[in-house]
Parts: sequence; structure tokens; C-alpha cells
Amino acid sequence: MIRASEAQVEKLERSYWRRKGLEIFTNWRLYAMLVPMLFFFICWKYLPIASMTMSFKFYMPVSGKQVYGSDWVGLYWFHALMFGNLSSQFWVVFRNTFTLSFYGLVFGFPFPIILALLFSEIKCTPYRAVAQVLTYLPKFVSTVVITSLTVLLLRAKVTDGDNTLFGGGPLAILVGAMTGDPNVNVMMEPKYFRAVYQITGIWETAGYGSIVYFAAILGISPTNYEAARIDGATKMQQIRYVTLPGMTSTLTIMLILEVGKLLTIGYEKVILLQGNNYSVLFSTAETVSTWAWHMMQNGVNNSAGAAADMLNSVISMLLVIGSNQIARRVSNTSLY
Amino acid sequence: MAQNAESILNKSNAQVEDKKQFKAKRNGFKGMEISEIIFKVFAYFFITVFALICLYPFVYAISGALSGYSALYSGAVVVFPVDLQIDAFKVVFTDNGFWSAYSNTIVLTLFGTLYSMILSILGGYALSKKNLFGHKFFNFFLVFTMWFTAGMIPTYLNYIDTRTIFREIGITDDKWFVVVAMGIAAYNIILLRNAFEAVPSEIDEAARVDGANEFQIMAKVYVPMSKATIATVALFYGISRWNGYFWAKQTLDVTDAPLQVYIRNRVDQFSDPSYMDGWHEVYAPDSLMYGMIVCAIIPIVLIYPFIQKYFAAGVNIGGVKE
Repeated sequence: MIRASEAQVEKLERSYWRRKGLEIFTNWRLYAMLVPMLFFFICWKYLPIASMTMSFKFYMPVSGKQVYGSDWVGLYWFHALMFGNLSSQFWVVFRNTFTLSFYGLVFGFPFPIILALLFSEIKCTPYRAVAQVLTYLPKFVSTVVITSLTVLLLRAKVTDGDNTLFGGGPLAILVGAMTGDPNVNVMMEPKYFRAVYQITGIWETAGYGSIVYFAAILGISPTNYEAARIDGATKMQQIRYVTLPGMTSTLTIMLILEVGKLLTIGYEKVILLQGNNYSVLFSTAETVSTWAWHMMQNGVNNSAGAAADMLNSVISMLLVIGSNQIARRVSNTSLY
Repeated sequence: MAQNAESILNKSNAQVEDKKQFKAKRNGFKGMEISEIIFKVFAYFFITVFALICLYPFVYAISGALSGYSALYSGAVVVFPVDLQIDAFKVVFTDNGFWSAYSNTIVLTLFGTLYSMILSILGGYALSKKNLFGHKFFNFFLVFTMWFTAGMIPTYLNYIDTRTIFREIGITDDKWFVVVAMGIAAYNIILLRNAFEAVPSEIDEAARVDGANEFQIMAKVYVPMSKATIATVALFYGISRWNGYFWAKQTLDVTDAPLQVYIRNRVDQFSDPSYMDGWHEVYAPDSLMYGMIVCAIIPIVLIYPFIQKYFAAGVNIGGVKE
């Protein structure tokens, strides 16, 4: 720390801002540390936010104009999305986004809790440790590998006339046996997309998600269970009256934070699962961001896509902030 | 009358209880309720099944890579390889495109993680100083990027513009653009900030009295004391760089493309049925894909047993704040 002389201090302390100036001056090293990080966030997080103004402009891939040189059109695109000629598509993709994340919450939220309950029941530590490590594993494998394996294992039967060229991936055979259609092409059928997305999602994240609940269960004192057992509680009653109340705060905050994440669907997995079939799968698989992306890739419309994405971002930001505030109220803990 | 009935009931309950306990003892489930035994058996069963399900696709990938053409294509491969062959792996091992993608990924991961860590440690350290002027503003500046994202199109155009600028100033290798412009997450910086905040202020003051400046205090006091979190965050960054796909695909040429992009491109190729026309190898096209997938996840699987405890720690330190 650089020390200013007495006279310097007196001079600088004359006003609030001069005092602050001295503070900044003496702490220049801390501000210097902030600079690279701020530079990164300004260049690659805030500049894109600034160019979101394209959703209020007429910015077309074919016009050859830059974002900043395009003409303003006000809320034209938002009107087109919600009520105008794009509304039929927009509401489908908006519904898909919401449905995918909502189902993710409904099915994805309880599963790690159940898993943690069952893990806590396994007292043979080496066995449990191995099982836990295996269930965390998919989380750390890339989305590309996960989706490639999904596509490969679900590859449909290929026939050339009478002879079968390809018998179908093992999961395709399984689905074929379950639905009674041996030629089922799961990755091309809109009705299967949500199930594929949710099942792979649970498979990927449930083990890792159980860590936080497992820690909460370990935090419950064994004497509570002893007391419950002396009172004659069955296992289900022990879970109902000891385990679940013991992890209320964790459950509450996780639920609230998950609700805050509604509408934030990762585009990467959706795009990878869609592959080149996104137009076939439109009715269930196209989400707001992938729709925007495909509109741009196909050179259709930049501004409308950006506007759709912006609507989605604003709503999800409100959800995140709201849920975070509730979490802070409820349990004095919050993520941010 | 009612009391009587109740006492009889209690008595018989107690007898049943005794019998149960006796039975349980004989079975080795010491002093356990029937419901507890059922639950325990169910837990073992379910956890075993789920762990095997988590493992299965990877086992199938290995078997698929090692199985012969007709065995794989007739659906004879379920768990273990059938008609063992290693030609598919040989082809993967001699595939120059695959290994140049592999080396691209290694470069991106090493330098990307290093770069992300330097920025995040510096920024996280500065943000952990609560009496720094502007502390609240900088924190908000950071957290806002978690709440609100620009969306696909602005982000893409921004990356393309940045790439152009990088090329104009003489950095023609686009990999450096990916290293510099991508991959720093506000969440990881917050993890580091929280860890630095937890360092006792007495140690900090002692170092200051000894005349250390801010950089020295950070490097010699805070960083060593937050090793666990730093390891966790480095692993988060490393994994996300290794697994990075989407923006690398959109911004890098094929020659610079990392492993994930290469694998995905090949999967798209092989999924086209016409690819099989005139195929005369002992292995199936799919075996090549499985071979590549296995090679791509081997590094993660190898280091995984050593790092998984840090990930578990990462979840716990991330959950709670203020």
C-alpha cells in the first residue's frame, strides 16, 4: 500500500470525492486486478447486450447493413412475434421452451432427492462411493458425446427392400419393442423429443444433483432417527417426519432457484439433438433461441430472432431475480 | 373396555415387534423394522440399477468400437463385444484429422483454463474486498451477466466481429480468439470471491504490517489458503473448455476445430445411410464413431477418480451465500 504524507492527506480529504480519489489512488492495485475481468465482460457480454438494439431495428442479413446503421422500427418485431405474421411460430417455440424447462423441473427436481435418500440408506461406504462416482460421471462428459451416443443408440433400423442393412441401435430396438413399431425412428418423431430430452437430462444430471441433498441428509443428527424408531416409526414415517423436515432449507432454496431457471434452456443440447431435423421436429423441439439461430442461419431474419430471444431473456431474468429474492426471504441464503 | 382393548392391542403389537426383531436378527439385519429392511433392499437394488444405467452407454461405446460389422449391425451386441476386431481403433489412431482436432482441444483447454483462471482469480480477489470503492457496482456488473444474456444472434455477430479484429491486428490463429473471448463464467468468479472472503482478516493484516503489497498478499496468502476452491474452479473451467462445442463450431475453421466439433461432424456424416454404400470393412462405420467417442472421454475418465471429490466440494461451496 502506498502511504500518502500528512499534507497530502489533509489536502485530499477536503471533500468526499477527493477522499474517494485518495482511496482509489491507494488501492490502484486492486482496480488494476479488476481491469482484465471488466474488459472481458464489457467486450464479450455487454457489447452483445448493446447490439440487442437490433430487435428494434430493421436488420436483415440480405440488406448488407451493419446493426448500427440499420433503420429503427420501434416495436414492430415484438408486435409481429406476439400478434402478427410470426405469432403462429413464435408461440409454438415459446411454449416448447416453457414445456421443456417445466418438465425438466417436474421430473428432474424430485429424482436427485430420491437418489440422495437411497444413497443415504447404503451404509457400505465403498459400495456407495463407487455408485456415486458412476452416477456423477455423465455430468462431466461433453454434450456432444452425450447427444452422439443418444443419436447412435437410437439409430433407426435401415432396410433395403427385404434385407436389413442395420438392425437398429439397442435403445431403438427397446423403444421399438415398447411401442410395437420396430422401424421407429425416435430422433425424427416430434412426439418423442421431449421424452428423449428429459430422460437424457435426468441421466446426465441426477447423480451430480444428488450431492447437495446427500450432504443435507448427512447433516441430520442420527439421534433424531433413534428417537423416531423408539416411537415405532416405519421407514416411510422416518423419511416423512425426520429426513424431509431436516432438509427443508436445502429443498426450499433448490426449488426456488430451479423455478428461477425456467425458460433458460441450454441451446447446445437442443441443437445437437435436433441435428438437421429441426424443421421436422419443429412442433416440440424448437425453442426460442434455436429458432432465432435457425432463422439467422437460413438468412431469413435477424431482428425477429433477436427480439424473440430478448423477450425470453427478459422474462427469465425476472424469474431469476424474483426467485432469488424469495430464497433470500425464506432462508436467508441466496445464490447471488 | 376401550382401555382394555388398547392394552391388548399394545401387547400383541409388542409381541409382533419381538418376533420381528428375532427374525431380523436371524437374517443379519440387526434390530430393524420390516419396512426398513424393504427400504434398504430397494435402495441397494435401485442404486445399483441406476449406476449401471449411467455406465451402460459408455460400456456399449467400447463394445461397439470393438465389435465386428455384422454383429453390430444385426443387434447382437448388447453389453460385451462380439466378433472382436481392433481395426476400427487402428483407423481412429491413424486418423490425422482426429488427432489434429485432439491437439487443438488440448491447446484450447490448457491455455483457455490458464487465461480464465488468471482473470477470475484477479477479479475475484478484488471483488472480495468489501470496502473497495465501487464494490457493489462491480458485483452487480458481474452478476447481471448471469441474469441476462444477449441471445444467440448478438453473441454470434459479436464473436465474428471480434474474430475479424483479431485477424486484423495480426493474430491469424483463430484458436487464440476462442481462448481470449470465451469461457469466463461469472459463477466461477463468485465461487472464488466467496473463498477469498472466508480468509480470516487477521492474516491479511499481518501480511500488510509486514509490508506486503496487494499482489503479494493475494499470491502468497489468499491463493494458498483457497487451494480447494481454486482447484474446483480450475476443473470447472478445464472441463468446460474440453467439452466446448457450439461457439467453437461457429467461429473456427475445420482445421482449427476442437475434438467435439470433429466428432459431431463425423457423426453427422455417418448418420447418412448412403455412407454405407460400398462399405467393405470388417468394422461398421458406427464402430469408428464409438472409437472416437471412447478416445475423447478417456482423459476425463482417467483423471475423474482423482477430481470428483473437488466437484462434490464445488457444489457445496456454491450453494450458500450471505
